[in-house]
Amino acid sequence: MAYSDKVVDHYEHPRNVGALDKNDETVGTGLVGAPACGDVMKLQIKVSAEGIIEDAKFKTFGCGSAIASSSLVTEWVKGKTLEEAGQIKNTEIAQELALPPVKIHCSVLAEDAIKAAIADYRAKSGKSDDSAAAE
Amino acid sequence: MTAHVPPTNAPSTEPGLTPVLTRRPGMPIYLDYQATTPCDPRVVAAMLPWFTEKFGNPHSRNHAYGWEAEEAVEQARAEIAALIGADAKEIVFTSGATESNNLAIKGAAHFLREKRDHVVTVVTEHKCVLDTCRHLEQEGFRVTYLPVQTNGLIDLNQLADTLTDRTAVLSVMGANNEIGVLQPLAQIGALCRAKGVLFHSDGAQAAGKIPVDVNAMNIDMMSLSGHKIYGPKGIGALYVRRRPRVRLVPLINGGGQERGMRSGTLATPLCVGFGTAAALARVEMASEAERLLALRNRLLAGLEQRLPEIYVNGDLEQRLPGNINISFAFVEGEGLMMGIKGLAVSSGSACTSASLEPSYVLRALGLSPEMAHTSLRLGLGRFTTEEEVSTAIDQIAEAVEHLRGLSPLWEMHQDGIDVSTVQWAEH
Repeated sequence: MAYSDKVVDHYEHPRNVGALDKNDETVGTGLVGAPACGDVMKLQIKVSAEGIIEDAKFKTFGCGSAIASSSLVTEWVKGKTLEEAGQIKNTEIAQELALPPVKIHCSVLAEDAIKAAIADYRAKSGKSDDSAAAE
Repeated sequence: MTAHVPPTNAPSTEPGLTPVLTRRPGMPIYLDYQATTPCDPRVVAAMLPWFTEKFGNPHSRNHAYGWEAEEAVEQARAEIAALIGADAKEIVFTSGATESNNLAIKGAAHFLREKRDHVVTVVTEHKCVLDTCRHLEQEGFRVTYLPVQTNGLIDLNQLADTLTDRTAVLSVMGANNEIGVLQPLAQIGALCRAKGVLFHSDGAQAAGKIPVDVNAMNIDMMSLSGHKIYGPKGIGALYVRRRPRVRLVPLINGGGQERGMRSGTLATPLCVGFGTAAALARVEMASEAERLLALRNRLLAGLEQRLPEIYVNGDLEQRLPGNINISFAFVEGEGLMMGIKGLAVSSGSACTSASLEPSYVLRALGLSPEMAHTSLRLGLGRFTTEEEVSTAIDQIAEAVEHLRGLSPLWEMHQDGIDVSTVQWAEH
């Protein structure tokens, strides 16, 4: 299978690999996918008091396209508001990485991951007790 | 290629001269010897005269071109028979093991169909055996697909219970192409003999690598493949027992070649190449097995030293010396393949590599889909060097370490979470 140069680049030099403290109230964590499907993405965002995403980290179990999709998303969300980040479309990710049709689902999962992280942050900041994340 | 090339008139076998294969610049290290093997230079040398110089049809009875070709084919036939302890008259040339498997299973079932309507095989067989059996099911035969234990071997008691007086044929491969596991052929053969069931074995991966004796093992039919033992692609054979005689309905109708079992002009150069490969395999089998086992042990030890949580799939003892199949937990297989571009390996059998489905053979061992996905099949062979094994250890270890650094599952494992108990969100 031929990968685009961008996918290979993200594989070899992934951006923002790592973890944020999921117990921190300014951090939202999204965990999507399943090992049996061959794709699991964990995406975390650190949100400022003004609602801007200051930092993002990811970890992915999956093929090169999945790794690239999640790595790209962490680059894109930094500096965006939660609303803006929630509007990122999988089609944009797929286009940027030149994903073939059989790999489009990797971009869908990345979109799901960012939405799950945003939802988790909102749930945590909207309630007084620390309710369970999408985990 | 650097090799001693024997004189072209006689396919000579010269043990002790290890041939060398020069890798082309930019090409990965070949570690996929179960998928196919390069022709041994001695095989190619033996084949060449039969293309342009001695080009006769071996079935032409009336002139020297035919006679010399026939003699070469018969010599090759004898070498192939000797590899498995058979008589030359019991060897039918085919286009490859796929055709041989079709001929054996369909041929026997069709011949016996009035009295017997049951066929037995194993879930880990090559796709051509499984698909042949599915085709027979559509024709009205009952087929039992025996499961395997977690080590890949069949349960002989279960087999004994499955064979009945309505069973026409049992097909069990000698060595598995994905996990290299060796089935207990002699014991299976004894069982079949006792129950009056024909025993066919797909020997494509076994013959030439481990000792096979069709009489000691009570094997009635065995499929053989040229390109798995450093012979050319496009040629195989089916051993068909003559005492007691096994009767088959042929797949191909025509001029009646190969005792009516397989019509068609024989490809003299391919037969000669296959025969030469068989002769070399017979002579060099023991020393090659020893060398490959040492290399494989070093490969596995090297990986185990660098990487925790890696698992060998299939029995380590009852196994082809050159094969190892390993799952690397918490790392996804396609991603892993991307990181080892300097190595030519496969994740699952070559036949399914286009789709990258979790391997059905590994699933049959009881592996979870994700462990099946993370597996690599490494096949070492005649031309594998110590240096290549060292490079393989480094590249695989580095890629796995890189991917584990990216993996949320590895992170969970490091945090003491049992990943298998996590409830994953609907997806």
